[in-house]
Amino acid sequence: MAKGVKPRVKVPKSAAAGDVITIKTLISHKMESGQRKDSDGNKIPRSIINRFTCDFNGQNVVDVTMEPAISTNPFFEFKATVPEAGEFKFTWYDDDGDVYEASKKIAVS
Amino acid sequence: MKLIKLLLAASALALTAGAPAHAQSKNLMIDGQPMTVRAPAPAYLENIDEVLSGWLFRASETQALELDDFDNPGFVFVDKGIDLFNAVDGSEGKSCASCHEDVAEFAGLRASLPRVVDGKLQTLEEIVNAERVNKMGAEPWKWSGTEMTSVTALISLQSRGMPVSVKVDGDAAPFWEKGKELYYTRVGQLDLACANCHEDNFGKMIRADRLSQGQINGFPTYRLKNAKLNSVHARFKGCMKNVRAKPYKEGSDEFKALELYVASRGAGLSVESPSVRN
Repeated sequence: MAKGVKPRVKVPKSAAAGDVITIKTLISHKMESGQRKDSDGNKIPRSIINRFTCDFNGQNVVDVTMEPAISTNPFFEFKATVPEAGEFKFTWYDDDGDVYEASKKIAVS
Repeated sequence: MKLIKLLLAASALALTAGAPAHAQSKNLMIDGQPMTVRAPAPAYLENIDEVLSGWLFRASETQALELDDFDNPGFVFVDKGIDLFNAVDGSEGKSCASCHEDVAEFAGLRASLPRVVDGKLQTLEEIVNAERVNKMGAEPWKWSGTEMTSVTALISLQSRGMPVSVKVDGDAAPFWEKGKELYYTRVGQLDLACANCHEDNFGKMIRADRLSQGQINGFPTYRLKNAKLNSVHARFKGCMKNVRAKPYKEGSDEFKALELYVASRGAGLSVESPSVRN
């Protein structure tokens, strides 16, 4: 597992049915591109998060393929429509096979 | 006709080029807390009337990153600082939190540093390392390493919104005078003093970047160019390299004196740590 990985998400606690809300996510990750060399000239192996998804009550909201040029600590901000109360599930997939998860509940008023 | 109008607009812009670009925001609110980003200059500043936070000089996109703590990438390091604050290290089996239960007790500390204790000028980095060595029996951290900047950011955050107010008279006077002398001394192949850029020419472009007043109220600061928190002394070093001078060492008497003097130039500005700059 890559060191110091910590997912963070920001979702409003409640919304009216049909509202469009803004979701922000940030995950701390070194996002090593695989293009750099260390001081001895050896290649530093690539280690990035290659996919990010967000689901709401089992329905997909976004599915992002991430590439090596994305800088450290990737941040995503996107909008989603909330039809009913439920739970947002966020998943990040690491090159080394690790999966990082976070979830946030939202109430509908 | 349209072209003429454009030309007129362009010349009007050129006339105001000395001031920070006004397409940007002028008032800084962080999560509902107002920050003082401009203040009347303290009496000991002879050549400027108003002190301005570096935030005013940044592009609107960079400014926006500081408005919300979730958007501010510096908070990744503040979180790391919280972990380090609670982590046991050293021969005594203690963490910072063993003695300092709530980090909020450090409110106001950043605003008053550097300060003179027993005839010696003391910075936040030195306080942290002295505690680590003497109380925890742990290895001191590197001055600008991630551990140090993460913890100094956490401690500085407790003072956010408080006005910078360092002591410049009494036993601090000789250090302040030394810092002032360094500030006005030309160095390096380019033969520039701090004052040549940050006092005489702030608000103007230096190649693709806008010169600020060089205030340190937002340090440690997250810089987009290196995606990490930067200490005051690391920034001083960068500046000295840019004018092709041989930088002093981090933690040297010269940089500590300069830190005191530069902090005093920002008296009245809010502590903004961790700020976001480019």
